[in-house]
Amino acid sequence: MATTNKNDDGFNWAFALKEAAFAAIITAGLSFPILALRTDMDISNKLILNQRWSWLIVAAVLVFVGRLAVLSYAARPKSTRAASTAPQSDSSKFIAKWISAVGLLALFLFPIVVTSALGGQGALKWINNYGVQIMIYIMLGWGLNIVVGLAGLLDLGYVAFYAVGAYAYALLSTHYGLSFWICLPLAGILAATWGVILGFPVLRLRGDYLAIVTLAFGEIIRIVLINWVDFSGGYAGVSSIPRITFFGLPFNDNVGSFSNFFGLTYSPIHRTIFLFYLILCLALLTNYVTMRLRRLPVGRAWEALREDEIACRSLGINTTSTKLTAFALGAMFAGFAGSFFAVRQGFVSPESFTFLESATILAIVVLGGMGSQIGVAIAAVVLIGGTELLRELEWTKQIFGQDFDPAQYRSLIFGAAMVIMMIWKPRGIVSTREPSIFLKEKKSVSGDLVAEGHG
Amino acid sequence: MEVFLQQLINGLTLGSIYGLIAIGYTMVFGIIGMVNFAHGDVFMLSSFIGLIIYVAITQLLGLSSPMFAFLLALAASMVLTSLWNWSIERVAYRPLRGSFRLAPLISAIGMSIFLSNFVQVVQGPRSKSINGILSGTFNFGADGGFGVSLPYSSIVIFFVTVILLAIFWYIVQRTPLGRAQRACEQDRKMASLLGIDVDATISITFVMGAALAAVAGCLYLLKYGSVNFADGFLPGVKAFTAAVLGGIGSLPGAVIGGLLIGLIEVFWSYYISTDYKDVAAFSILAVTLIFLPSGILGRPEVEKV
Repeated sequence: MATTNKNDDGFNWAFALKEAAFAAIITAGLSFPILALRTDMDISNKLILNQRWSWLIVAAVLVFVGRLAVLSYAARPKSTRAASTAPQSDSSKFIAKWISAVGLLALFLFPIVVTSALGGQGALKWINNYGVQIMIYIMLGWGLNIVVGLAGLLDLGYVAFYAVGAYAYALLSTHYGLSFWICLPLAGILAATWGVILGFPVLRLRGDYLAIVTLAFGEIIRIVLINWVDFSGGYAGVSSIPRITFFGLPFNDNVGSFSNFFGLTYSPIHRTIFLFYLILCLALLTNYVTMRLRRLPVGRAWEALREDEIACRSLGINTTSTKLTAFALGAMFAGFAGSFFAVRQGFVSPESFTFLESATILAIVVLGGMGSQIGVAIAAVVLIGGTELLRELEWTKQIFGQDFDPAQYRSLIFGAAMVIMMIWKPRGIVSTREPSIFLKEKKSVSGDLVAEGHG
Repeated sequence: MEVFLQQLINGLTLGSIYGLIAIGYTMVFGIIGMVNFAHGDVFMLSSFIGLIIYVAITQLLGLSSPMFAFLLALAASMVLTSLWNWSIERVAYRPLRGSFRLAPLISAIGMSIFLSNFVQVVQGPRSKSINGILSGTFNFGADGGFGVSLPYSSIVIFFVTVILLAIFWYIVQRTPLGRAQRACEQDRKMASLLGIDVDATISITFVMGAALAAVAGCLYLLKYGSVNFADGFLPGVKAFTAAVLGGIGSLPGAVIGGLLIGLIEVFWSYYISTDYKDVAAFSILAVTLIFLPSGILGRPEVEKV
């Protein structure tokens, strides 16, 4: 047929329209009961139906347009496509080199700039909701990157170690009055111990099975935290955890406080800024340790293990201890982050350590590009910052009505982003990797050449 | 004794539902070697579709017989859930065939999060309940005393599971479609060289899994009368446990595994602790994967270098 012949130069409209119409019809079929008929409870607790066929039409039209856009994107002329997949040019290498330096500088200046621009009250929200929140996830992402990106062990229960760290600080400080600076290393050690305990039995598993077992362990820890009320307070969690102090100087209005000692007027933003720099230092510590370890024998063994486990074993690498160190180190950084989380919130409960949290951290690592430190940081900024921004979209209420809440779409968009990212760029935002050892000249390689481990 | 029998009935009912979901896991894992993480959410979605159609039939069309309305809702849910799972495979998994190994799993996790939140957004976060579809029971034991009650719904659920297992087992073992599926399971490239449409076979596998999940979803509604957007995760993990316990790739294994998980969960709740019943399921999952990865009826996996 003449109409379906692929024309190299032009865009095949007949084919694309047919495809898009097909997708729209399927969407209409999919959304017919679940979208068009909403069930609600009436006063007598009986289910009634609200009909809203307009939603179905909107969904079908959106899919039609989306499918058309995807097809036209895929049918771009070949020249532009070749350019986008060409090997890295010198300029992009230059950008990659500078982006980390500029990013780091921006992070250090962030609280100062925001405070001077917005003043005390306005800046508090930005530093706390964006700065500190994103930095926690960057740190968790870097920690998980050791396990997933370097050693190639897919861990779906990473949040369990985060929980161990958080509860370690919460319980040690409320029961024994230990300060944050003593609890921080203790939380790291405890989490690393749990990493070894949970890591040991699962070492013989590979791939998807390993992922599912780590998920099971993560859920077991959460269920125990919920139900062992004497120990952890159950659903209510642990509250009134001592707040952070500036190396012994509390952040409050009294004599002997931080502001009093330095002769400043008291403002709650001091604590937030201090928390920001604290988590920044912790995250940079994670990054530094990871980068150094990559050059040590153990780090090279991780990467070798990821590439080929059988070859590793034949070359005499002890796979058990190699995997365990990856698990333990990843867990230790999660423990640090957890302990920071507890001191920042002043309250911990099992609600904060659900599977969705593990999936979020994993998504950050995968979307950033497994094994790439800068990619993980960018992904954390985009994902966490993006979902936080949804809370700011108050103006959408003007369009969609008062009961429209953009924040409830957070997880929905998040799940869809994971799927789309896998299809579009499975190797992540940063799709080149820096080898840790090289011959003569240091070259970036494509992420496609890097194995993802056997579990 | 009465208590034991009663728990046995409850366990077999719950286990049958897990078994039906587990068949979907086991078939998909068998054919493309991927944990279809979103399958539990497909089950939840099918339950919602069944509920909405049931309410629509009884209220908008005014059908008075609840059982007939339920059967119609079941049929509609099976068709629509199959369409959903077909689309999910087409959109989220098929483009990733041949990509790196973790990609489909991560995509499936994303799909699982998407589905549960989609249902939360469009249908609201509250549990939806209906009752009175099939409420009768047989009562045994002492009159007025503490007897054993056998609800009609439990009998229906158990026999539907056994019959569906027989039908699907026949399809997989004795029909050309089943032969194609088993061929793809062994070697996809060779199967396609021998003229099997691998993509179509995989699509049909997803459709079959979704149809069974829809039956499980509607029977769940029949038995427990309420469904919530978050109800996909735990039954999904437990059904996956059942599939692993029974031996991945084996249909009777999936149902046997499901029944075992159901029984263990119910007896654990009664005799040990209700609070820790999910710990039981998760521990079985971990112990099975570590010590018995090929399951009860599965074949051991041979690793080739």
